[in-house]
Amino acid sequence: MANGTIAIDDKSFLEEGTTKKATGIASWLFSTDHKRIGLMYLIAIAIFFFTGAILGVLMRLELIAPGRTIMDAQTYNTIFTLHGVIMIFLFIIPGIPAVFGNFFLPLQLGAKDVAFPRLNLLSFWIYLIGAALVLISLFVEGGPIDTGWTFYIPYSVRTTTNVSLAIFAAFVLGFSSILTGLNFVTTVHRLRAPGMTYFKMPLFVWSTYATAWIQIIATPVIGITILLVVLERLFGVGIFDPALGGDPVLFQHMFWIYSHPAVYIMILPAMGVVSEIIPTFARRTIFGYRAIAMSSLAIAFIGYLVWAHHMFTSGISETAAIIFSFLTFIVALPSAIKVFNWVATMYKGSIDPQPPFLWVMSFIFLFSIGGLTGLVLGALVTDVHVHDTYFVVAHFHYVMFGGTGTIFFAALYYWFPKMTGKMYNLKLAKFNAALFFVAFNTLYFPKFIMGYMGMPRRYYDYLPEFQNLQVVSTVGSWLMIIVICLIIYNLLSGLLNGSKAEANPWGGVTLEWHIASPPPLENFHEIPEVTHEPYDFSQLKNMKYGLKGESK
Amino acid sequence: MSNPTELTHAPHRDDVGARMGMWLFLFTELLLFGGLFLVYAVYRHEYYSQFRVAALELNLSIGALNTVILLTSSLTVALSIGALQKGQKHLSVMLLLITDILALAFMVNKYFEWSTKIHHGIYPGSEHLLNLPDGQILFYGLYYIMTGLHALYIIIGLVFLTIVLGFVITGSVNKDSYVKLENAGLYWHLVDLIWIFLFPLFYLIQ
Ligand code: HEM
Ligand SMILES: [Cu+2]
Repeated sequence: MANGTIAIDDKSFLEEGTTKKATGIASWLFSTDHKRIGLMYLIAIAIFFFTGAILGVLMRLELIAPGRTIMDAQTYNTIFTLHGVIMIFLFIIPGIPAVFGNFFLPLQLGAKDVAFPRLNLLSFWIYLIGAALVLISLFVEGGPIDTGWTFYIPYSVRTTTNVSLAIFAAFVLGFSSILTGLNFVTTVHRLRAPGMTYFKMPLFVWSTYATAWIQIIATPVIGITILLVVLERLFGVGIFDPALGGDPVLFQHMFWIYSHPAVYIMILPAMGVVSEIIPTFARRTIFGYRAIAMSSLAIAFIGYLVWAHHMFTSGISETAAIIFSFLTFIVALPSAIKVFNWVATMYKGSIDPQPPFLWVMSFIFLFSIGGLTGLVLGALVTDVHVHDTYFVVAHFHYVMFGGTGTIFFAALYYWFPKMTGKMYNLKLAKFNAALFFVAFNTLYFPKFIMGYMGMPRRYYDYLPEFQNLQVVSTVGSWLMIIVICLIIYNLLSGLLNGSKAEANPWGGVTLEWHIASPPPLENFHEIPEVTHEPYDFSQLKNMKYGLKGESK
Repeated sequence: MSNPTELTHAPHRDDVGARMGMWLFLFTELLLFGGLFLVYAVYRHEYYSQFRVAALELNLSIGALNTVILLTSSLTVALSIGALQKGQKHLSVMLLLITDILALAFMVNKYFEWSTKIHHGIYPGSEHLLNLPDGQILFYGLYYIMTGLHALYIIIGLVFLTIVLGFVITGSVNKDSYVKLENAGLYWHLVDLIWIFLFPLFYLIQ
């Protein structure tokens, strides 16, 4: 190093921060170290996720019997809105990129940090400010927002609840997302270790890179849309108000021009994690590396052209509807390519069914159901029947929660030993994964059936014939909250009393497994020279930390 | 930006990376405005003739004057970068100051333009405006939103330029390390560019 203090070899980033003066919690809050920032995001996001899940359970409790059970209709409205806003803007969109992207992108590239470490810290702070604004909007006069997470016009202009502040929070969170995105794109372009060509990058890097582009390109559109709604509420400009010549459907277009690509912000990083975990536990190089990498980019670009499939019943022209329906079918292809390649990777592999791998198995199953039912919604005839019913609710929980949420847990179990240097209870973790699968399907599968039978979404009451299925679903929500508590318990007790983890417990070969656990402040004492393909397991025997941590 | 804490590891310098980050950021700002251009296009198409009538009311000479001011300021900021690269710090500082002054002049003009309009009772929600046909209401709505957001960009750019001006004076931005100045310049060109589109859309097309 040219100047500055040289990091002492044995200290990890947990013991030594980037801040010399600050100590204790301040040495975290002001740290520009990508690993500490990643962990801080993890803590914040875990808290929001848990809050969101509790709100979900409360809704399910209300729905255990027809009529009013534990809350009135207005409370139900605010709770599903909050649940949606928290889960979408605070958990699933930032989730994997902010936590694991921050932590592992530089490690997998062989870099010491992201391109703009201070900007990275700023993004984290902006994220916190956004979250604080959401909180404040709950308590100031007017009461919590009740529009649903989609903020549809005209209700979002007419309601007297605190819409302006809450959606301004979404604007702020979007800004944080943009800054993270441009940081990651620059990092990938500028900080790859020598020898790491684009096609030697791990697939998690590829998918995070594609995601970062979507964050950059799509997020500004929701930014301006939100500003327009706020201005509409404050001044009555008329852009979306038919009484003044405006057009409410225009809002839906602008909202979905962002929010459809945003579903790829949610799922792409998860697909990247899957592409890491499967080779490691199948001990076999990934099948179709280039196809997987390129399909991420394909998803990123085609994903822009399908937004109006959310609006088939909003009064768009028939021609437009047919075109958007067709494009929606096209965008399913790259996802399918990935699924086939993952399955092909496992074929004839020597599979080691450790917890992260079991989570990935759940993912493939749940995500496939979510994806296939997406086609039901993408087809015009069937969509008209199930639009705005529980079918949609089931579909998006299968893709978002069953897809990205599951992989969030998989990634936690996969990288936890690397991040903390500790190991959790493997048996309990396997049990977790199995229980999750049962809980998930109990909770959401009945919603497909109810939706098909005509149960509308966002209702706090229902006809008696739905009760049996509603009760099954509610029981599922109890199982789910147990699973979530078990995961938190397992990881926390691993952190506090777990045994010391080996540097490479799973026998991974991407760059993060070449260094100690937890990594030192500067990641690599020497920037590595990359010679192998990313998933070349023949290097395992020559690695410093080979399988089971026998240090060479 | 001042950092409350100290880095223990060697600060890493990558001018190409910094410039790239700035370009990406400008791209997002452009897309933000892109949403508004989209709305404009939709409503211009729908209310073609009323947009023409409303546009006649705008003050072409103030708009033209502001265009000249902004274009000149883009020139001065570009010259100031060139001056710094050649080591002419004093000249560079002067040129940046001129840029700042031009930016302020733009805002002053804008203030007069808006306040005359408001004085005539043309502002969102005003009684006078609500009595006009729909297309004109939307035209003025967009006029206030788009030029207002642009004015916000001017203010941000002004702050950005002034901070970098401080760096040039203290010498932390200098002949060998001027990427911050370049980035401020880039931002300023963006502000200029957006205006180059706003001006014809509101004042010229009839
Ligand atoms: C314990 C876990 C969860 C439970 C029990 C749960 C339950 C529910 C329920 C009952 C609804 C309302 C359905 C309706 O009346 O229309 C809902 C809506 C929703 N959920 Fe979940 N959910 C859970 C986790 C998640 C996760 C992890 C995500 C996202 C990643 C998510 C995203 C959403 C969204 C976006 C809505 C729509 C809100 C709206 O209509 O505006 N949920 N959930
Ligand atoms: Cu969509």
